Amino acid sequence: MDNSPKRRAAADLWQGPIVKTALVDSFKKLDPRHLAKNPVMFVVEVGSLVTTWFWIAGLRGGDPETGFAGQITLWLWFTVLFANFAEAMAEGRGKAQADSLRKTKTETVAKRLVGGGKTEIVSAAELRKGDVVLAEAGDVIPADGEVVEGIASVDESAVTGESAPVIRESGGDRSSVTGGTKINSDWIKIRVTANPGEGFLDKMISLVEGAQRQKTPNEIALNILLAGLTLIFIVVLMSLQAFAIYSGGPVSVVTLVALLVCLIPTTIGGLLSAIGIAGIDRLMQSNVLAMSGRAVEAAGDVDCLLLDKTGTITLGNRMATEFIPAPGVTLEELALDAQLSSLSDETPEGRSIVVLAKRFVPKPTNIQDRGMIFVPFTAQTRLSGVNVGDVSIRKGAVDAVAGLVDRMPPELTAAVEKIARSGGTPLAVARDGRARGVIHLKDVVKGGIRRRFEQLRAMGIRTVMITGDNPLTAAAIAAESGVDDFLAQATPEKKLSLIRQEQSKGRLVAMVGDGTNDAPSLAQADVGVAMNTGTMAAKEAGNMVDLDSNPTKLIEIVEVGKQLLMTRGALTTFSVANDVSKYFAIIPAMFMGLFPEIAALNVMRLHSPHSAILASVIFNALIIVVLIPLALRGVKYRAWGAHAVLRYNALVYGVGGLIAPFIGIKLIDMLLVAAHLG
Amino acid sequence: MTGLSFLQFVLIFGTLLLTTKPLGAYMKKVFGGERTVLTPVVGALESWIYRLSGIDPGEEMNWRRYCASVLAFSAAGAVILYVQLRFQQYLGLDRAGASGIDPALAFNTAVSFMTNTNWQAYSGETAMTYVSQMTGLAYHNFVSAAAGIAVAVAVMRGFTRASSSTLGNFWADLVRGCLFLLLPLSIAGGLFLVSQGVIQNFKPYVKARTLVGAEQTLPMGPVASQEIIKQVGTNGGGFFGANSAHPFENPTPLTNYVAMLAIFLIPAALTYQFGLMAGDTRQGWAIFACMSVLFFAGFLAANYYEQKGNPILAAHGADQAQSANSSGGNMEGKEVRFGIASSALFATMTTDASCGAVNAQHDSFTPLGGLVPLFNLMLGEVIFGGVGSGFYGMILLVVVTVFIAGLMVGRTPEYLGKKIEARDMKYATLGILIPSFVILGLAAWAAVRPSALMNLGNAGPHGLSEILYAYSSAVGNNGSAFGGLSADNWFFNNTTGWAMLLGRFFIIVPVLALAGSLAGKKRAPESLGTFPTHTPLFVALLASVTIIVAGLTHFPALSLGPIIEHLLMLSGKLY
Repeated sequence: MDNSPKRRAAADLWQGPIVKTALVDSFKKLDPRHLAKNPVMFVVEVGSLVTTWFWIAGLRGGDPETGFAGQITLWLWFTVLFANFAEAMAEGRGKAQADSLRKTKTETVAKRLVGGGKTEIVSAAELRKGDVVLAEAGDVIPADGEVVEGIASVDESAVTGESAPVIRESGGDRSSVTGGTKINSDWIKIRVTANPGEGFLDKMISLVEGAQRQKTPNEIALNILLAGLTLIFIVVLMSLQAFAIYSGGPVSVVTLVALLVCLIPTTIGGLLSAIGIAGIDRLMQSNVLAMSGRAVEAAGDVDCLLLDKTGTITLGNRMATEFIPAPGVTLEELALDAQLSSLSDETPEGRSIVVLAKRFVPKPTNIQDRGMIFVPFTAQTRLSGVNVGDVSIRKGAVDAVAGLVDRMPPELTAAVEKIARSGGTPLAVARDGRARGVIHLKDVVKGGIRRRFEQLRAMGIRTVMITGDNPLTAAAIAAESGVDDFLAQATPEKKLSLIRQEQSKGRLVAMVGDGTNDAPSLAQADVGVAMNTGTMAAKEAGNMVDLDSNPTKLIEIVEVGKQLLMTRGALTTFSVANDVSKYFAIIPAMFMGLFPEIAALNVMRLHSPHSAILASVIFNALIIVVLIPLALRGVKYRAWGAHAVLRYNALVYGVGGLIAPFIGIKLIDMLLVAAHLG
Repeated sequence: MTGLSFLQFVLIFGTLLLTTKPLGAYMKKVFGGERTVLTPVVGALESWIYRLSGIDPGEEMNWRRYCASVLAFSAAGAVILYVQLRFQQYLGLDRAGASGIDPALAFNTAVSFMTNTNWQAYSGETAMTYVSQMTGLAYHNFVSAAAGIAVAVAVMRGFTRASSSTLGNFWADLVRGCLFLLLPLSIAGGLFLVSQGVIQNFKPYVKARTLVGAEQTLPMGPVASQEIIKQVGTNGGGFFGANSAHPFENPTPLTNYVAMLAIFLIPAALTYQFGLMAGDTRQGWAIFACMSVLFFAGFLAANYYEQKGNPILAAHGADQAQSANSSGGNMEGKEVRFGIASSALFATMTTDASCGAVNAQHDSFTPLGGLVPLFNLMLGEVIFGGVGSGFYGMILLVVVTVFIAGLMVGRTPEYLGKKIEARDMKYATLGILIPSFVILGLAAWAAVRPSALMNLGNAGPHGLSEILYAYSSAVGNNGSAFGGLSADNWFFNNTTGWAMLLGRFFIIVPVLALAGSLAGKKRAPESLGTFPTHTPLFVALLASVTIIVAGLTHFPALSLGPIIEHLLMLSGKLY
């Protein structure tokens, strides 16, 4: 997916149109009704209004402080605008994606079945749940639904960005279709499962636009802390004025507001919603659609991953890795028989046998000429093979082949047991009632997966492999892949009870599923990722949909969730740590007139009281802009244990947050002096 | 730091290290209702009290009921004490001609003792009868301490229980705290004090003739019994106005050592008890370590600035250097028997904890030396802290630290396997913010109210320090006075009275609510993804959060008080 247009677009943070819209939106968001949702920025806006009033009053009265009040006022408004801009940028990036989705959602018409095999043409907007529509080659599917009849190749690139068409057919796990996707060939009848405006595409659009965004649990908790800090600083500043009056020199209101804005956590307050939107957005970029921000956050908390073996831990299919000939049979002879019996076998296992055999014998040409009659695999015989003249060659499950031969040589029986013990699957080959040997089919564990599990373990996340294999096979693969635990001969019921069992121990569980029978587990799991290829039931039960249908995604999802929380924590720490420097800049500036000795606290040696206060306010505003990229991209994620991550982040954002503003404020002060603004 | 002051610190801290574990283990048994060495002695009395008052000690209370019981018990105690003080002249054993106490002072005093503050706007030897001291005040010295410990234990239960709706039984915790902990310690300690020469009698005041021939009245009284619980229960209300500087209260170096140790004894042991209850003693030691670091830092600073003395005196040729015959440093307002180190250590400890007993005038410390006790109060008295209140104050800061740190590692923050969610943050934030609101709000009010300013002993920044100290001490339920401020008047009696009430119960209610919320949660198993809360890193984070929260809140006020006073002193101006 790395070369999809969506990805490439996302890599560029500052796209012209998005920035332009965001700039306009920054002003629209000044509406107090909007800002009231964010207590920190609301206080800044009220503060800005207050200083504006004093500035205007000063202009009339010819107050010598007016120039200073004007500059402070300007930068306070910038602080609000910068925060609005951050949020607008995050939303803008989502909107850009939503717009491209919306383009596919042009007004479509539907062919509704009205009984007697007849159809009527209606607008897609008129469709209701339960209607059955016909979609033929070239049609755009008008609504989300289940295929009730027929089979068709569907182009889902509008939703997934994946250009290869997929097969949709009635029954089974590939029966769901999404409104807005296009039929490439054939036809299907679809029962509509979502009213207009409630479909998958609609949900996606509103999600990426952030329209439905609700605050997530951790965000609410953080907001409480931030509101508490804001409140306390208001009380601090009010009491400071009383103490200043006691000391003989009340402070100007403009200065008080300036200090207040510098102290309240504007950095995190201004970026908080942008961080949340950007989290969902980052998932979007890896083609995962989170149904709520809550799910993204829960992903960061997951401590147990249930992973399907096939496709996640192992390459999709088992592969032939070894031929073990019976006594008296050469390796080449066995390879030839294995190859012949598998030529017509189009399953991945069959093809892998042909590939392995090529190492020992050349691939036969002109098959037709040699009068071969292929015997296809059936569930009853559990065999496939070929008849060449009167010679019959068969390959299949060991017990099925055993029924064909007079006698199974003990060497082969031993080999079969050995293969089974190692977790592989043995297949037997027979020619004319005589056992010729055994083929070793093996699950091939994906490269690098072991390391991935080690990283997860370091992060404190347990991995559990889910497989339908028998316990022996499962144990062998588990050992080879380095997974922590496994569930063998898994059934949907077993999966569900495993999830409940883990949850009762206080763990948060994430899983991937696609089939309808996965739906209960997906609903039960704290993070349930449904494959886009899966059924509608699965998609509705889960709280995320992976548009690429790639089960390994789960690991990335966890990383995005963690990154989201880390970014909030890091910026909160940074924001609070910043306050120390602001005290050292502004407190001496406030009381220089009253107590010249307080200059000793002016450790930055700022030029004048005005330049000191102004420099602090400007730093406070600019730091929001500087940190927008960090808020949108998230702090760098590291697969370390919690202790190491904490130490690193506490150092960078805590100690860094303590020191950085001292340097920043000093530099701005020097610039102000150079520009004769201080 | 001189060798002697360092030795004092090592002695106290070393003893504390030795007592914390055994006492904590004992307390865990006591509050767990298990059999202890004292069961044969007081067990029968305990069950008799339960029978008499119809308490079923096994009956569990949810947080609301627990909290309601604390509030009802405290309110009743305060009302009774108020009435008793108003009419003390009719209750006998009056040796000084004391009369009934006026309403404002009686309100202030009743609240003060009920909240374990022991802020004394009066002077004990002239205002109180023996009956008031021994029944009214001493009763609260025990039960207010026991109530504080009970709340701490309930909070511990909340943090360490899982999927439970209850926090224990307040009445049983209260009775056990008194019978198994405070009484035995007080009896043993009281006897020791008597052996050192602390007086214990009901005699009328003695008239004595001094060396120069003047006549002097020496107050008498049952001092030792009051003295020990005042330290062990971190109450701090002295029998005499001079408190632990008075030779009848604190006659020898040994009593001084025991007095200081007694302040930290139970608060330190509570951390170990918490570790035991959490099933991981490292959790308790981490909190202990954080408290120890802050304790040591405070003592270092106070001792340094006191030893350094006053540069203005030095400029006038006063010898403030330490020598074999002189402790040197700033000796204003200090008992010569204790000198710099003992006074600085006592001041640090009494304000680290919410004790409030003093053996020197904090008012007379150098500006920065006096900043240490003041800042200790502003930290919320969480450095070991008051009996019980220190622990539950610190646990609020632990929750905030865990929350910020937890976000930084990318997980919903957890403490002891419990997720810290929005509701918990609400309670923790309330419990931390409201006390600061009250300190700043009332201090600001007093600072601009001319009738309040009349009562200041000093002008300028020092006067502001007096106001800040008074409200910090009241809100923190410390009770020590900076000195200089005349507190017995309508304005200060009422405002400090309300400050004490708000400061006690606006922490107790949120912290019990927090405990109730956490008790109901499932305990998630620990993994590598949960950051450990017993490491030096966590201790450092907790200490930083403690200092930063209080520092950011109070720096502006402090900069106009002790800080500017220090800078002015350097330029030759005194207040």
